[in-house]
Amino acid sequence: MWKSAEALLAAGMATLIGVTALPAWAQSAAPHQKASASAPALGRPALPEEIAAWNIDVRPDGEGLPEGHGSVKQGEAVFLQNCATCHGEFGEGAGRWPVLAGGQGTLKSDRPEKTIGSFWPYASTAFDYVRRAMPFGNNQSLSADETYAIVAYLLNLNDLVPEDFVLSKENFPKVQLPNQPNFYEDDRETTEKAFWKSNPCMKDCSGPVHVTARAQILNVTPDEDAPKGNLE
Amino acid sequence: MSQHSGPGQQGPEKMPSGTRAASLSRRGFLSALGMGAGAAAGGSALAGRALAAGPDPNIVPVPEWSKMLGAGVNVNPYGKPSMFEKDVVRREVEWLTASRESSVSFTPLYALDGVITPNGLCFVRHHGGEAEIDPDKYRLMIHGLVDKPLVFTLEDIKRMPGRVNRAYFLECAANSGMEWRGAQLNGCQFTHGMIHNVFYTGIPLKTLLDMAGVQAKGKWVLAEGADAAVMTRSIPLEKAMKDCLVAFAMNGEALRPEQGYPVRLVVPGWEGNMWVKWLRRLKVGDEPWQQREETSKYTDLLADGRSRRFTFVMDAKSVVTSPSPQAPLKHKGPNVISGIAWSGRGTIKRVDVSLDGGRNWTTARIEGPAMPMAMTRFYLDFDWAGDELMVQSRAMDDTGYVQPTKNELRAVRGTNSIYHNNGIQTWLVRSNGETENVEVG
Repeated sequence: MWKSAEALLAAGMATLIGVTALPAWAQSAAPHQKASASAPALGRPALPEEIAAWNIDVRPDGEGLPEGHGSVKQGEAVFLQNCATCHGEFGEGAGRWPVLAGGQGTLKSDRPEKTIGSFWPYASTAFDYVRRAMPFGNNQSLSADETYAIVAYLLNLNDLVPEDFVLSKENFPKVQLPNQPNFYEDDRETTEKAFWKSNPCMKDCSGPVHVTARAQILNVTPDEDAPKGNLE
Repeated sequence: MSQHSGPGQQGPEKMPSGTRAASLSRRGFLSALGMGAGAAAGGSALAGRALAAGPDPNIVPVPEWSKMLGAGVNVNPYGKPSMFEKDVVRREVEWLTASRESSVSFTPLYALDGVITPNGLCFVRHHGGEAEIDPDKYRLMIHGLVDKPLVFTLEDIKRMPGRVNRAYFLECAANSGMEWRGAQLNGCQFTHGMIHNVFYTGIPLKTLLDMAGVQAKGKWVLAEGADAAVMTRSIPLEKAMKDCLVAFAMNGEALRPEQGYPVRLVVPGWEGNMWVKWLRRLKVGDEPWQQREETSKYTDLLADGRSRRFTFVMDAKSVVTSPSPQAPLKHKGPNVISGIAWSGRGTIKRVDVSLDGGRNWTTARIEGPAMPMAMTRFYLDFDWAGDELMVQSRAMDDTGYVQPTKNELRAVRGTNSIYHNNGIQTWLVRSNGETENVEVG
């Protein structure tokens, strides 16, 4: 009795799932699912076209790059139209928006300028980020060729490729950024080993202590006499 | 101030609620303490309890709220804090960032107690604004080096076996990042407010990855958000399988939109940027993807011009939240020093407090749960004689790590690294109770 009741229930569920409850995508995907011998109890197989729609990441070795190419000259035009308002015509940055070019030789200074040319380890990061998140507020609106062109222009602004350079899927992995060798893995557990102390000092740990810096001198803290509450 | 009793009336020893801790200018501070021109005749709040000249108007006559019916049970179907707490809100520092959509709003730590951060006060950091996602349209995809690429709905995730509840702190790697060159922002909301501590409900990430079947070559997981920044981070597979969660609830309710509704990643003890909100995709690969947020950002530039990368763990850290610039001392005599401590490497075992800038230390009382990779509350009850104090706290975790001074950190790292500033904070409490962010040496 139990067995048949279970079978009945299972049949009922199958009907419910197959006909009534499934949204459109699942019904159209039903033959596909049927083909899979091990359909998961939760979730469903991802369709190739679904993966393609979201699979936009690009790695330094070029994995993930779309077909396409773009020149420095084309990139200049696309950049001026889509990017220069925030990043400046030459990647110098407007206001507090990120500076993208220049800054070489500043990383040890008091005011390091961390640009694609001076700091970023991989050109693929620029392609990936422009592709996924730029232009700010209108992201994923550029074509693959336009993205190649923008990256080519950015590389040229950083004196890394000549003016007649054309960036493509094929030559992309050959592009090396100068600061790449200067990144290394987290080493805090060795270089900061001194911070693991069993018995920190409790009494008379130093001589007289004096104030050496004060936040009020800078006076950059927001002063909100009438802060905007969220309870109005 | 009116002498009539009413909902807005405060006792003579209390600060007017409207100015409580929110005004950070000297003028605002003095008026907040009742020490402006108008308060001169009455004496300062610091004078201690004066003998009442007559009956307290908050007692005689009997207050209105004791005589008239109050609001009904469902005036606020979703409850709100008291109107007198209206200044306890997240705040931003507008000059920090170029836009409001890619910016940060800080947790008002100075006004909070206990260990759990209220959902509406958890700091907010967006890179492309707040995505609003219809839960019926939410999808999570797992693909890459897996046997079975899968798509899940929110309902699927909520039906998965093995649901867990875990409390963890989330600290932005850039918390205290403005303080590398010296004391800059005057308030723990701004110096330390990129942290919150929340009870998450969700499914171990391992459960989802096991369903997809991670292939032997798989070593890293790319987590990606569905917001307009399409935020991505590479996470070592070992961490993903160890304790990461795919969370759909915080402190008992659905995730707030600004915290990634309907689903976010929880990466315990590791920098907040990795806790991808609005999680839409998990891709398994054999090496990291070197995304923007793990190369040009969230790498630590040291004095020699080289940079550490993949500095995922948040080191042990603490801060006294009261007194602090937004929560000055208001009374001589008994006071409670209150603060928070946390470590991405484990559990907070001890917190010491110094009142003299680090010369002498007293072990504080840890109160409430001390859980791994979660915020821990400490108190030090003390009597204040009205003398100047240099208040510090020093956290220790169960790996033996002791929170360093800022100068000890600078000796190793210089001042350009922006991220991972876990140095000891000093608050200078003046004899009038006013408290300032300072550095000592």
